[in-house]
Amino acid sequence: MSFINYASREINCKIVYYGPGLCGKTTNLQFIYQKTAPDAKGKMISLATETERTLFFDFLPLSLGEIRGFKTRFHLYTVPGQVFYDASRKLILKGVDGVVFVADSQEERIDANIESLENLRINLKEQGYDLDKLPYIIQYNKRDLPEVMSIEELRRELNATNVPEFEACATTGEGVFETLKAVAKLILIDLKRGK
Amino acid sequence: MSNPTLVMYEEEFQEVNDVIERLLTEANAKVIFLVDKNGQLISGVGETERFDTTSLASLTAGNIAATGGLAKLIGEKEFSILFHEGEKDNLHISIVGGRVILVVLFDRRSSLGLVRLRVKKTSEELSAIFEKLVKKSEEREKRGSSDFPFAEITDDDIDNLFS
Repeated sequence: MSFINYASREINCKIVYYGPGLCGKTTNLQFIYQKTAPDAKGKMISLATETERTLFFDFLPLSLGEIRGFKTRFHLYTVPGQVFYDASRKLILKGVDGVVFVADSQEERIDANIESLENLRINLKEQGYDLDKLPYIIQYNKRDLPEVMSIEELRRELNATNVPEFEACATTGEGVFETLKAVAKLILIDLKRGK
Repeated sequence: MSNPTLVMYEEEFQEVNDVIERLLTEANAKVIFLVDKNGQLISGVGETERFDTTSLASLTAGNIAATGGLAKLIGEKEFSILFHEGEKDNLHISIVGGRVILVVLFDRRSSLGLVRLRVKKTSEELSAIFEKLVKKSEEREKRGSSDFPFAEITDDDIDNLFS
């Protein structure tokens, strides 16, 4: 649910990065944070455990500039990926405007990817959303690692609906901004249609 | 979609600010924020420049969401008031009209009793304003009036954001 404020001429949208544990959601946000000009970003907040696993969420506010006199702000959130944090994941999805599913390209993580994607659909449905109607992007992360599945295989398993997809290596930043831009663009197009 | 876009117009924004400004004085508070349940800051009055308001809004909403989850687990609808006591400053967080979150930051110059009392009265006024706002949005939508600023944006406008 975007928030439009005519008084301060601002529009705020929420993007959620979803995916299995250790797939690189937080790393995506960290890279964006590092590479964004100081005046365009707020503080990044990570509610994580002592071993740096996301406990509740990461949060990064970004300001993209103006469209027709309206300041355009995106609030980026990640969910905790580990299976047992499901109650927290549901909460983060509230009011979402766009979703990035970060898949771990390694062969051994394909089951975790599928399970997480199923979980995303179910949790969205509980909040009254339909993944197929939301701005939604898939990112195949960790392309630099050995033992990764081919894009064709990943597509077959994870992208049956043929949404926009990107290859990435979040640690070096490859594909990170491409993913963000694509989802932001889909959200703005949705807003344009007055959804 | 389950949630319509929240739209804030000038007139209601002014009304909201007047109400929370008054609360700031009456409750002897330091800062007051109004946040929507998804973590977007709606407005803030008082010593707002001392705080990272965006982070504060996001964490407040996360806090309310988490306690809301806890409430459901024990069979409650929600916990409508949260109170955090610090050494110097305290936070009084309450849900207004089921849709927005009112955050009052105060120190020893005020008291929990006073804040609770004043917040109660303010909540009713804020609820009324937000109800009016929802109706206004619905009516505009029914009429199909497109004063929506994004209706006319072009693909170029969007691309320019990323250049």
